[in-house]
This record gives sequence, structure tokens and C-alpha cells, in this order.
Amino acid sequence: MSTEWPLWEVFIRSQHGLAHKHVGSLHASDAEMAVKNARDVYTRRSEGVSIWVARSSDITASSPGDREALFEPANTKVYRHPTFYPMPDGVKHL
Amino acid sequence: MYAQLVDTGTSKLRSLADMSPEERAFQQRIDADVKVEAKDWMPDAYRRTLVRQIQQHAHSEIVGMLPEGNWITRAPTLKRKAILMAKVQDEGGHGLYLYAAAETLGVSRDQLIDDLHAGRVKYSSIFNYPTLTWADVGAIGWLVDGAAIMNQIPLCRCSYGPYARAMVRICKEESFHQRQGYDIMLALCNGTTEQKALAQDALNRWWWPSLMMFGPPDADSVHSAQSAQWKIKLLSNDELRQRFVDQTVPQADHLGITMPDADLKWDAERGHYDFGAIDWSEFQNVLKGNGPCNRERLAARVKAWDDGAWVREAAVAHAAKRAKDRGDRHVH
Repeated sequence: MSTEWPLWEVFIRSQHGLAHKHVGSLHASDAEMAVKNARDVYTRRSEGVSIWVARSSDITASSPGDREALFEPANTKVYRHPTFYPMPDGVKHL
Repeated sequence: MYAQLVDTGTSKLRSLADMSPEERAFQQRIDADVKVEAKDWMPDAYRRTLVRQIQQHAHSEIVGMLPEGNWITRAPTLKRKAILMAKVQDEGGHGLYLYAAAETLGVSRDQLIDDLHAGRVKYSSIFNYPTLTWADVGAIGWLVDGAAIMNQIPLCRCSYGPYARAMVRICKEESFHQRQGYDIMLALCNGTTEQKALAQDALNRWWWPSLMMFGPPDADSVHSAQSAQWKIKLLSNDELRQRFVDQTVPQADHLGITMPDADLKWDAERGHYDFGAIDWSEFQNVLKGNGPCNRERLAARVKAWDDGAWVREAAVAHAAKRAKDRGDRHVH
């Protein structure tokens, strides 16, 4: 009988008000154990104040092959960045 | 290092011109310092080599818990005991980060553990030496973790993203390990004559095995050249070893103890310490399984795994029952 525990992805929110961030993965038999293990494995030095765990098999990821189709269109839209617009000398607070 | 003599499955380094288009694109991305991620295409040999390297590294962290764990119950003070427990727990954590990184390459955790237990994959030679006195715990932190840091800092920049990220995390924790070891050595060297003698004895026994951790001279090794091309090995064994010697000798001077090497001396012209010949037959012998503790270490790991089987099975059964109960409630 195979008893390998499922894989979980772990997300931690640090104290500074930032979003939960992926920190790694671990094995656990259920969600409750995944949170407990995440505490021991990923927050031994006060790295976080909140833990999310999600089963790795439940995550849908974009495929590396789709990289161009998904992300290249943004490269030609430089006007989305403030630096695109030249500002005359002397104009302030813009 | 923690991963010594990693077989890359290659017999000759190939130039970009000799590669398939896919491989060439892969190598060019590595040359441009673009990280390889789990789902990206990669040559089979790169994948296999990384699995071997990362798992050797992971096994070393886990087996490395044994020599130090040996002293937890006999640490001289409550403070030292708490510190040592935290350190050994960190090593377990490092093993877990690394197993998880290896699993992104498509191997299961059970396979990795089985490779260790069946002797198909090694762990670092250093953990086959015994911890005879409390001073050995100090020497391990100072020398073994010091050597590990030397190797691991460059690996934070290695080409495989999940491995590099695990190394960043590990390196952050590793300097505590080295300092706590040096702190133990300091206390002993500032203590009684007997205590200082313990520190010297530990240095005598751990110095040469620590230098062997970096692996044999790799100038002529095709595996090292391949690993360098793939950027999963960033500095040569000899380069790292020399840096380690240069960094460590002054630390020993400060402690007032000496390396067991009559040939050790500062070479002003080179700007490095010269050191004596390493007994590579000892290293090969330990790798073959004939070090002082090889059998004991592996037996301890296998026993822990076997004794824990019922816990792993019970947890799965419990999770399945809970999931079923929840399913039943939803139906009603």
C-alpha cells in the first residue's frame, strides 16, 4: 500500500502587510497537518503571521510554451508606464 | 561537498554547435542567466544530474542530524541543549526544502528515500565520522557548516530556480549554525586545560574530513565541467577548498589551537595558505561504505523510516475517513 502523503504548496504572509507569498511545498496527510507542518518548516524564525496551504494538484499553472502568447503583448504597450510621457522642465508634482 | 562526485551521465563536453536546437536554446538561456523552472524543457541528463545532486544534498542534511542529535541529551547546559535542538531541527528543515526541490523534477519523495536506503545515492562522506565528545559538536558547526556555507552561497545563483530558492533559504539559516559551533569552541578554548585539549582533539579529527567534503581535485573531471556548463556547480572543488582554508586558519589562530597539518603555511606570493596532501584513499574508502559510521547511519535512517510506517499509514487512513465523513454530511 502506497502511503505517500499528498503534496501541498505553502504561502506565508509576513508581518509587513504584504500579500501571501509562495515559500515552498511539503507533504501532509490533510490540510490541518499541512498548516502545522508549514509552521514548523517555514516559520521557525517568525517569517510570517498567516499561512495558506493548497494541494499542489489543485493548482492550475500557465504553460512555459504559452509564455509568448501570454506575456509578449505587454512588451509593446510602453505607454502603460509613466516614464513613457516626457514632462517639460519645471512642471512639478506629476 | 554535500553533493560529492555527482555523475552527469556525460563523457564529453559539447559545444553549442554540436547540440540539438532544443538543447542549444536551453544552453543559451543558461548562458544568459535565465533560471530554468520545473515545467520548462530541459535535457534528460540535466534533469537526472540535478535529481542526483539535490537528493544527495537533501540526504546529507537528514543524515547530518544523527551525529549532532547524539549530543542533545548530553549538552552541557540547558542553553546549549535548546540551541542544539534548534540547529538539528533546522537541518531537518533544510532536508525538506531540498527534497521538495528535487520533487519538482518529477521524482516522488518515496523514491528519493528508497534511493538512500538502498544505497543507490550517497550522502556527504563527512557524516560517517563519529561525534566522540561535546567538542565535536562545536567542530561540526564551525568546520562542517562553514564548509557547507562556502559551497552553498554560490549555489544560490545556480541555474535551476527551485534549487536556487531552497539554497537562499538554507544560507540564511546556516550562519547561525557556524557561529554556534565557533561559540562552543571559544568556550572550550577559554576554559580549563582539559577543555582546550578537547577542542584541539576535535579539530585534529574533523579537519581533514572537512577538507575532503569539497570532493577530489576536479581539474580533470568531465562531470564537473558539464555541471559548470549547466551552472549547477559554480566554483571548482579546489577553489572552494582553498577559500575555506584561507578563511578558517585565522579562526583557529584566534582560538589558540592548530590544524593537524605540518605543511600548513602562509604563502605571501600566492596570497593563500599552502596545505598538506589530502589522503584521498580515506575519502574513497568512506564513500565505499567503510567509514567509521556508514552502517550505523544508514541503519538508523532505515529504522526511523520503518518504525514510522504505521504513523504514515494511520494519518492517511484518518484523512480518508474525515474526507468521507464530510462527504456524507454534504449529501444529507
